[in-house]
Amino acid sequence: MQVPSPFEYERASSVDEAIALLQRHGEGARLIAGGHSLLPLMKLRLASPEVLVDINALTDLQRIRVEADAVRIGAMVRHAELLASAVVGEHFRLLHEAEQVIADPAVRNRGTVGGSLCQADPAEDLSAAFGALRAEVVIRGAGGERVVPVRELVTGPYETVVAPDEILTEVRVPIRPGTGSSYRKVERRAGDWPIASAGAVVRLEGDTIAEVGIGLAAVGAAHSVVRGAEDAIRGRAADEESIELAAVRASEECSPTTDQRGPADYKRALVAELVRRVLRTAIARSRGEEA
Amino acid sequence: MQVTMTVNGTQVSEDVEPRLLLVHFLRDTLGLTGTHWGCDTSNCGVCVVQLDGLPVKSCTVLAVMADGHDVRTVEGLADGPELDPVQQGFMHEHGLQCGFCTPGMMLTARHLLDTNPHPTTDEVREAISGQICRCTGYENIVRAVQWAAEHPKDVATEGVSP
Repeated sequence: MQVPSPFEYERASSVDEAIALLQRHGEGARLIAGGHSLLPLMKLRLASPEVLVDINALTDLQRIRVEADAVRIGAMVRHAELLASAVVGEHFRLLHEAEQVIADPAVRNRGTVGGSLCQADPAEDLSAAFGALRAEVVIRGAGGERVVPVRELVTGPYETVVAPDEILTEVRVPIRPGTGSSYRKVERRAGDWPIASAGAVVRLEGDTIAEVGIGLAAVGAAHSVVRGAEDAIRGRAADEESIELAAVRASEECSPTTDQRGPADYKRALVAELVRRVLRTAIARSRGEEA
Repeated sequence: MQVTMTVNGTQVSEDVEPRLLLVHFLRDTLGLTGTHWGCDTSNCGVCVVQLDGLPVKSCTVLAVMADGHDVRTVEGLADGPELDPVQQGFMHEHGLQCGFCTPGMMLTARHLLDTNPHPTTDEVREAISGQICRCTGYENIVRAVQWAAEHPKDVATEGVSP
């Protein structure tokens, strides 16, 4: 039986109370939302927080709101809710495609968007998906709010810019008309972490790639995106040549490791093929060719 | 820490350690051993119960996090002596071999049918994709869920003898 080491448990009823509890208990305190990333680590004693601050009662962070130019996703939105959101699927197909392959339905019923991002597991899919979308996160502390690009959120494996006494409250995803997106993951079996995942977001102007975002998960891409591959095709024609260029650049730019999920060179080959496919689909969708 | 929750319609109140997992609270504290405990890593799904109506893996939920909430285990599926159509379906279609994964499968199936009364085969498979049947009896499990879909409560009670 795997049992976490002992901890004190506190329950917050508001964001301000959560921040106050984090301040009171110092660096030994951790927020717990769905718990589906943190509790397994605690059971393995890879994490042993002294105090858990439960934020499941913060239902005001569990909303998805649409504004003129952005969709605002509360940090406590469960994976299953993001997957069920029609407005999210309408604007950001890759978020639905990513959520369909994150863990399994029972885990998605508990795990949260903010929790996944803050856990910052190197194989976690949402950083790649939101990274490709150039989303921003809102981080709140005692001194107020700050807005940080998702691409600057994670500083290393399991490390983010969120301070011990701060809370990530919201993800803001810009709505860009005429954008197409796609996400694909290869896993060993249903519900597993990815061997590799790739997401692409494309906006065309005529037949030119005006904006492009490419995210990768589980293959050691810095900040879960491949800027070199994006830069290589921005401004180029949306054709097979550009797609191939981005695929090759992405596979060179990431740095996968050889592990139980496969050798590094296999993962690079996989990244190239995944990037080809998500770019093709994203381009077709931005043209309105593929539903 | 004192926790109070509704389990299968009955309010229970117990003093527990914060690190106690919901699966152990149900099994060891309340004696509801129908909820099974398997891989302990959120992979196998034998510990699935409904929390506020949603299937969750109870090995990855703290008992204190269920405080004030509604929990349903396999013991809460039948209505007295009358089995839930899902239970009847598992019986009728031989949806179990060793039976270890069965309680979690049935709670997932109940939720699926409550939200989608006529699921396709693919939808049933997706719903149980986080739950492992080590006997690999998935074909019959899928048939059992579809049997239950075709025999909602009023129909299911007629003409089925255990």
